[in-house]
Amino acid sequence: MLHVDDLSRRYGRRWALIHITLEVGAGRGCMLVGPNGSGKSTLIKCLATALSPHRGAIRLGGRDLWAERSKLRRDIAYLGHQAHVYDDLSAAENLAVWASLGGYEPDIPALLQRVGLDPERRDPVRTFSAGMRRRIALARMLLKKPRLVLLDEPFTALDPPGRELMISVAQQLKDDGAALVMATHLPAVATRVCEQALALESGRITYDGDAASLPPFEAVYE
Amino acid sequence: MIAQIFQVLRKELLIEWRDRSRVAGVFFFGLAVLLMVAFATPQSTVLPKIAGGTLWLGLMLASTRSMDQSYAVEHEHGAMEGLLLWPVDPVAIYYGKAIANTLILAAVAIVLMPLLIAVYGVEVKGDPLLLVGVLAFGCAALAAPGTLYGLISSQARGSSVLLPLLIFPLVVPAILAASNATTKILEGDPMQQAPAWLGVIVIFDAVHWTVMGMVYGRILED
Amino acid sequence: MQTGRQWGGVVGYDALPRRWVIEGSTITAIAGLIGFVYLIAMVVPAVRRALPFRWETPLGVYGLLLLLSGNYLGLFVAPGERMMGEVGRILHVHVPAAWVAMLSFFVAGIAAFAFLMVGKRGLDSLVEAAAEVGVMEATLLCLLGAIFAKPTWGVWWDWDPRLTSTAVMLLSFVGVLLLRGVVRDPDRRATWSAVATLLSTVNLPITYMSVKWWRSLHQDMSETTGGSTIDDSLRWVMYYNTWAFVFLTVWFLATRWRLAEVRAEREVPDALPEVA
Repeated sequence: MLHVDDLSRRYGRRWALIHITLEVGAGRGCMLVGPNGSGKSTLIKCLATALSPHRGAIRLGGRDLWAERSKLRRDIAYLGHQAHVYDDLSAAENLAVWASLGGYEPDIPALLQRVGLDPERRDPVRTFSAGMRRRIALARMLLKKPRLVLLDEPFTALDPPGRELMISVAQQLKDDGAALVMATHLPAVATRVCEQALALESGRITYDGDAASLPPFEAVYE
Repeated sequence: MIAQIFQVLRKELLIEWRDRSRVAGVFFFGLAVLLMVAFATPQSTVLPKIAGGTLWLGLMLASTRSMDQSYAVEHEHGAMEGLLLWPVDPVAIYYGKAIANTLILAAVAIVLMPLLIAVYGVEVKGDPLLLVGVLAFGCAALAAPGTLYGLISSQARGSSVLLPLLIFPLVVPAILAASNATTKILEGDPMQQAPAWLGVIVIFDAVHWTVMGMVYGRILED
Repeated sequence: MQTGRQWGGVVGYDALPRRWVIEGSTITAIAGLIGFVYLIAMVVPAVRRALPFRWETPLGVYGLLLLLSGNYLGLFVAPGERMMGEVGRILHVHVPAAWVAMLSFFVAGIAAFAFLMVGKRGLDSLVEAAAEVGVMEATLLCLLGAIFAKPTWGVWWDWDPRLTSTAVMLLSFVGVLLLRGVVRDPDRRATWSAVATLLSTVNLPITYMSVKWWRSLHQDMSETTGGSTIDDSLRWVMYYNTWAFVFLTVWFLATRWRLAEVRAEREVPDALPEVA
């Protein structure tokens, strides 16, 4: 489903990703681990088509991701560091905006309940905590029927129930046939949805294989 | 496409409506310009002659504030990035935002008009419908470059200096035409020159709204 | 028929002898042709590489020589202008300055468009070079114009179509340069400044036409026509100086382009490391 072919990407003069090759099949999950600055976010962003590949290519279902990005963005769900919400709108309104822009017609109250938010609440998102904003972003991901799910440190700012929610949503999307790539500092948690693991250091792959056999390394705990 | 433009427009207006202090800020900025110029003018007999020009000066400066705010909202939680990665056409984003900005500026202009009349001692001796047309198309002329350059300056340093400098030379023809038209309409326009000036503004709008829409996608992709 | 060798007080002597005009025009044509042929030859990369020095240097030297001799012609050989007397001499350089300033801005606009289409870094450097050279020349243009205008019409500045368009272009490109100065990332800087440059260039005809219209409706201020009052027999002096300016501008553009390329080189990424 997802094929990353010798991908390299630079920031200014420095190469942030060097010769990255990765394959994740439909319904499979891969965790990205590595110290800060190793290139995890950059790789996720390249997969999300937020950044272009400087060398190499990425293919989703056989199609070149960057070349057909305007068509393929519909099939990619991305959860980054920022929640992509508007402070002045309520949770329901935020979802409605994103839904209408993408041409989706979801059951918004049901969606909000799924992510543990009160559908009745009309307060602007400005009053929400970071974890709650994350949940809205999660709900937005569920609007789509993605073939590729990208999570960049998804457990940040989430309490344990929130983490469970994240896992369950990720699992649900995988069950629907999506390939999952998750950058994380918590491999122990990620291993519940990720069978594969890719370790990066300074832009290079240092481990590529089963998540179970991932050698232990310093993990940063939130 | 039209539907998407409408959705973006709806979102913009909804956000502005929620926090009306922002629009009020834009209005008061324009008002401040009007008042300052009036105070700085030694002979009050001169005021009626400069009323038209001062109105547009105030609107132009106010528009930079409006643009700044329009994009600040997008960058707060990375919504701009979210829009980029969403299956929405960047051109629709441009037109939706530009129309929203036009409407906001037009609203400010309409509220400023009676104050202009009061403070500068003018009357609308000419055709009021024509005046409305001039205000509408003139605000559109300010919004078009502002929406494009606002995107650039909101992501660069020193944006408060950069935005006016980038916008001002570009809108000179429109400001010229709008000021003249407004002044003529206020004075009664014996030689029927105002419609011709309106024609200039319309041409300006036609060119810039087309060209800017085409280029917006490139800037957004970065 | 009087000759042109008169200083001051030349009202009434409004034309050069025919022999002068023919000789002068011929010299101008030849001078231009030499430089033009050289320029064409430089388009061929093989020729450029064959030279042991930078290709633009002879052009710059030539342009400077033309400028010096052209100024001599304009100041000492040509008679004073019909109506404005000695002050009119400045038109010999003022008008060429206007042409090359617009030329530079035009080059910037074309380069910006090409960059957005093709994306080669060399085009971005050309945008930078042309924008800077254009700003420099437009500033010079405004200064020359002010020097001309004050004794002639009593004002340093006016808002006729030409001056207004020049001021607007100047400001637009100052904005472009400021934008370039503020943005760090080379790719972003290139794209953004190309867009800003393109928009500035597109804006020029609209600005010009709208100001022209404004002036034609406003009969109150006297028309500042500037430049059209040079007698036809003296035009060759102006064209002579035009060649000087054009070749010098090419030299400016090429030199500044090189500088931009050198700076861009520093931002070129390191080579991609091999697979470990």
